[in-house]
Amino acid sequence: MASLIARTPFEGLLPLSYGTVEATEVVLRSVTSVAPFSGQADAVSKALEKAVGCRLPPVGTFVEANRARVVWSGLDQWFVMSEDTVTIPGAALTDQGDAWAAVEIAGTDARDVLARLVPLDLRLSVFEVGHAARTMLAHMSCLLMRTAEDRYVALVFRSMAASAAHDIERAMRMVSARADL
Amino acid sequence: MRVEGRGRIDRSQPVRFSFDGKTVTGFKGDTVASALLARDIRLMGRSFKYHRPRGVLTAGSEEPNALIQVGQGHAMIPNVRATVQEIHDGLTVTSQNRMGPLDRDLMAVNDLLWPFLGAGFYYKTFMWPRAFWEGLYEPIIRRAAGLGRMTRGASPEANERAFAHCDVLVIGAGPAGLMAARTAAEAGADVIVIDENTEIGGRLLSDSEEIGGKPGDVWAGEMREKLAAMDNVRIMTRTTVTGVYDDLNFGALERVGQHLPHEPDLPRECFWRIRAKTAVLAAGALERPIAFPMNDRPGIMLASAVRSYLNRYGVAPGRNLTLFATNDDAHRTAAEMQAAGLRVAAVIDSRTGVEKQGDYRLIEGGQVIGTKGRHGLREITVRHGGRTEDIITDCLAMSGGWNPSVHLTCHLGARPVWDAEAKAFLPAPNAVPGMIPAGACNGAMSTSACLTQGKEAATEALKALGLKTARITVPKASDEAGSGSTLWYVEGKGRAWLDFANDVTTKDIRLAAQEGFISVEHMKRYTTQGMAPDQGKSSNIAALALLADATGRGIPETGTTTYRPPFIPTSIGAMAAGAEAKGFAPERFTTSDRAMRSWGAPMITAGLWYRPSYLPKRGETHWRQSCDREVRMVREAVGVVDVSTLGKIDIQGPDAAAFLDFVYCNMFSTLKPGRVRYGLMLREDGHVMDDGTTARLGENHYVMTTTTAAAGQVMTHLEFVHQCLRPDLDVAFISATEQWAQFSVAGPKARDLINSVLDQPVDNESFPFMACGEVMIHGVKGRLFRISFSGEHAYEIAIPSRYGEALFRDLVARAETLGGGAYGMEALNVLRLEKGFITHSEIHGRVTADDVGMGRMVSAKKDCIGKTASLRPGLSGEHREQLVGLKPKEPENALLAGAHLFREGDAATRVNDQGYITSVAWSPTFETHIGLGFLLNGRARMGETVRMVDHLRDKTTLCEVCDPVFFDPEGGRARG
Repeated sequence: MASLIARTPFEGLLPLSYGTVEATEVVLRSVTSVAPFSGQADAVSKALEKAVGCRLPPVGTFVEANRARVVWSGLDQWFVMSEDTVTIPGAALTDQGDAWAAVEIAGTDARDVLARLVPLDLRLSVFEVGHAARTMLAHMSCLLMRTAEDRYVALVFRSMAASAAHDIERAMRMVSARADL
Repeated sequence: MRVEGRGRIDRSQPVRFSFDGKTVTGFKGDTVASALLARDIRLMGRSFKYHRPRGVLTAGSEEPNALIQVGQGHAMIPNVRATVQEIHDGLTVTSQNRMGPLDRDLMAVNDLLWPFLGAGFYYKTFMWPRAFWEGLYEPIIRRAAGLGRMTRGASPEANERAFAHCDVLVIGAGPAGLMAARTAAEAGADVIVIDENTEIGGRLLSDSEEIGGKPGDVWAGEMREKLAAMDNVRIMTRTTVTGVYDDLNFGALERVGQHLPHEPDLPRECFWRIRAKTAVLAAGALERPIAFPMNDRPGIMLASAVRSYLNRYGVAPGRNLTLFATNDDAHRTAAEMQAAGLRVAAVIDSRTGVEKQGDYRLIEGGQVIGTKGRHGLREITVRHGGRTEDIITDCLAMSGGWNPSVHLTCHLGARPVWDAEAKAFLPAPNAVPGMIPAGACNGAMSTSACLTQGKEAATEALKALGLKTARITVPKASDEAGSGSTLWYVEGKGRAWLDFANDVTTKDIRLAAQEGFISVEHMKRYTTQGMAPDQGKSSNIAALALLADATGRGIPETGTTTYRPPFIPTSIGAMAAGAEAKGFAPERFTTSDRAMRSWGAPMITAGLWYRPSYLPKRGETHWRQSCDREVRMVREAVGVVDVSTLGKIDIQGPDAAAFLDFVYCNMFSTLKPGRVRYGLMLREDGHVMDDGTTARLGENHYVMTTTTAAAGQVMTHLEFVHQCLRPDLDVAFISATEQWAQFSVAGPKARDLINSVLDQPVDNESFPFMACGEVMIHGVKGRLFRISFSGEHAYEIAIPSRYGEALFRDLVARAETLGGGAYGMEALNVLRLEKGFITHSEIHGRVTADDVGMGRMVSAKKDCIGKTASLRPGLSGEHREQLVGLKPKEPENALLAGAHLFREGDAATRVNDQGYITSVAWSPTFETHIGLGFLLNGRARMGETVRMVDHLRDKTTLCEVCDPVFFDPEGGRARG
C-alpha cells in the first residue's frame, strides 16, 4: 500500500525571523470543532473535561490542559486542539485540523508586528494572556490567541497560508527596520 | 543667514542635499526651508496661477507657498512642504511649477496677464466651442497651472499601516498638551501623545517663554524625559492627526523614513488608525497673515515663523527686519531679533496707543500698502499719519492675530462658533463627544491659561475613564495674552493675496460676491480659495471675513466652509499601505497548486482561488488543443480535477434535516443516509441563489456543497437564517471547505482509478450513482461521493488537506496509466455544458427555478425560503426567458456569450430582443459549437431557428434552439 505524505500549510513559508520577532509554524495535529446542541453545554463541558482535562472556556478565552488546548472560536463554538480527535456526545463535532494554518508570532516586538496586521486592542490589560478573538489578520479571517506576554498564535485558512506569511513578513521587516533607527 | 548661539540644530553634523541641482549644506535638524534661508535662498517656488516668485510664509505644516518636489524617479513626491521636509544626505529637492530655471520662469508671463486671470476666468473664457474643452483647453490649462508633477509608475518606496489604542489621546504637545499628557499619565491612564514636529514642545521651542522659572524649551525637555520614562505613555513625534471619525477613531500620518536616506525595509510613512477612549485636543493656533498689497514676495512671512527660524534653526530670515502687526504678541518678534543682535528697521502697528517691547522704531496707526523686489523683498511702502514712507527691508514679518486650530473639532459635522471677544472661531461645545479642546485651539492665548486648560481637560478625561487625578501643580507661567485688533486686509493699489497656494486675491473674493456667489461655499468653489493642498489654513478665515464685508453681513452670519479630513496632505499610498500587489487580497491556493504549476498549467482566478485553466501537453500550441484533448480524455478514459474550492459546509443536529428543508426548495429530510441529492437554494425574493449537492452522512449529519463563487454568501445566508429566522432549530454548522482536499474523478474508467487508491474497492451495487460514505484511502480516512458534473461515471474523493497534494499526484499518475490524466477549468466547463449543467453564468441572480427548468423542484409539501415570492405572478411561465440549448446552423460558427437572440426575420433591435446567451463552448464530442442561453418561452420553441447577434463584436449567427442537455439525456453513463 502506498503511503501518502502529509504537508503542513506553512511548509516552505516559515519560519521567519526579523529583529526580535520570530514567526514559526505550529503544526496542528487534531482540531475538533465542538458546538453543543441545545441545552447540552454543561454536559459537553463536563464530558470534555473527562476526555482532555479542561472545560469549555468563556467567550473570548482559551484554556490548556496537559493533553489539549480548548479555545472559544465563535458563537456557541469551540476548537479542541489535541493529539487525537475527541469524541463526546451532545455536540456537533467536525474535524478542522487540516482547515487551518497556525503561526506563532513571538518576541519583544511581536505586539508591534501584530499592530500592523490586526485591528484589535492588544494592550496586555485588554487582550490578556489566555484571551482569544476572531478577528482580521490583514485581509484574512483569523483566530488569535495570546499565549504569553510577547507570544501569540494566529490561525488562518489553510489556503491563505502564503498570503499570511507574505503579510506577516512585510510587517516584521518594517518593525525591525524601525527598531534599527 | 545663520545666527550663532541660537537654534536646536546639530551644528556638528553638516548635511548635504541638492536643490534644483545645486548642492546646499545645512545641519542635522534643518528643514529644507531653514537650510535654504540659512543660505539666503529665499526664492523656493512659483505660484499656482501667476507663476509669481515665492518663498516661505510659515515654519509649519500649514505652509501654502514653499511647495517642493522631493526624491527622484518614481519615488518622487510632489507638493511637499519645504517647512516640514527635514534634510538628509542625498536628499534631492526640485522646485516646481516652472518652465526653465526657477529665477527665469517662462510662465511668469502669466503675472503680466493678471487683470484677465481673475476668478471665473476659465469658465468665462473657454465657454465655446464646447467640444474644445476636453481636447484642447483643459490639457493646456492643466499644464500651465497646477502644482507638482505626478509620476506615472508605482513608488519603489513602501509605506505601512498600523493600529494603536489608548485611554487618552493627546493631540499636540505644546504647553497645554504636555500638561494634559502628564496629568493623564500620572493617574495611570494609557496615553498617546502626538505631535507633528520632530520634537515635542510646540511653541515653547520657538518662543522665549518661561515656565516654572525655567526657559520653556527646558521645561518641555524635562516633560519629555518624564513622559518617556513612563510605561503607560507613548510619544509619537513627526505624526499628524489627519481626521476624527465616529467613536473616537482617529487617522494619523507619521513620517517614518521620509526624513532619512532610503532604507529598503523602512516605511516612508505610516498611516495610523488610533482608537481612544477619550482625547484632549491641544492643536494650538495658526497665525493670520494680512492681505496687504503685494504681500506675496519671498521675505514676507508670519511673525511667528520668523521666531521659529531664529529659535529652532538658528536662522535669521533677513538682515534688516520690519514687522507689520495688529497685536502685542507679534512685537516679541522684533524684540527677539534685536536680542539676537539683528537689525529691526521698523515695527508698523495698525493700532494706536501701543506699548513698545524693545528699542525699535514703532510706527503706530500704520499700514503696509506696497512692496518691491522681484525675487525677494527689498522695500516696503508704509502709510501712516496721512503720508507714505518707503522703508528698506529684506524681511517683513506680519501678524494679524491667531486662528485657533479648530479643524479636528469639525470633522464630525460641528461648526465652530465665532467669539466676538476673542475675535476668533472657537470649537463648538461638545463638538466631538469625548474629545476635549484645551489651550490655544480653545482660545486660551496665554501660556498660563494653556497649562491650566491642559490640566483641566485631562481631569475631565480621567473622570470619564473613572480614574482619580493625581496631585499635580500647574507651574507658573506668563498670563499675559496681550491685546490685538483685527485687520483682515489693507486697501491699496495692487493685488493683495489671501490664498497664496491657489493665487486668490481680495479682488477675486469681491468679484465672487459681486457676481452673486455670496454663500461662503460658493465663493470657495468660484475662486478656488482654500482648495489647494493647504486647504486654506491661512486664508479661510480672512476670506470669509472679506466676503462678510463685501456682502454687508457679519462674520458669524457668513460662517465657515466645511472642515474635512485629512488635516494635512496625505498620500493615498500611505492610506492603502500594504494593500497593493500581493497585499491587495489574500490568494487562496489548493493543495494541488504546486503540481499544476509544475506541469505548466496557466492558472486563472475563481474568486480568491487559483485554478488551472488547462494542462498543456508537448506540441500543443493553443488552449483549444489542450481543452479538446482533455474533454475526449474524460469521455473516453478518466480525468482528475481539483474541486476543493467548492464550498463545503458541515451541518449537524437533531433539526439538521428540518433546517435543510427550510433553506433548500426541495426535500432533504427524505434523503437516506449514505445518499447525495442535488439541491437548489432560493433567495427570499424567489430567485435562485445557489445550487449544489448535499450528502447525508448520518441521521443528523449532512455535508452541503456550494459553488466556489457563492461559498461565503451561502455560509452567511445559513447563519442569518439560523440566528434570525429559525433560532428554534437545534442545528450547528461550520465550514469544512479548507479541511478537505477533494478531487473529481470522471470517465468510463473512473471506478478503476478510484479502486486503485481505496483500501476496500467499491462496485456499482455497494456504491451506486448518488451514493456517499466514508472510505479508507491508502490507510487515511476519507470520503467518497458518487456524483457527476460531466455526465460521466464519476466520483468525488475527499481526503484531509494535509494529504491533498500526495493524493492528487498519485491519482494523476495512476490515471495516466489508464490513458487519462488531469484536466482544467476549460475542459470542466465544456463537459458540464455538453451535459446542460448550470453554473453562476446561468443562475446569475435574475432567474427563477422555473426559468432554469427546475420549477417542479420547489416542493409543494413544505415551506422554504423564497417559495412564497417565487409563486408571484410574473416569475414563471411563457412570458419568461427560459433556459435552452443552442447549436449554430453551421457547426464552425462560434456562439458568443453575451450575444442576444432575435427571431430570424426581426431586426436586431432592443424591442425585438428574445433572450441572450450565457455560456458557450466548442464541443469536441459533438464537433460543433454549443451554448446555453435564455429565450422567451424557450421550452416551447425547440427546433426553431433564431438569430444570434453580438452588437459589440459585430457577429451574427443563425442557431437552432434545442434541449440544454446535449450529452446522454437518459443519464445512463453516470449510472453505469
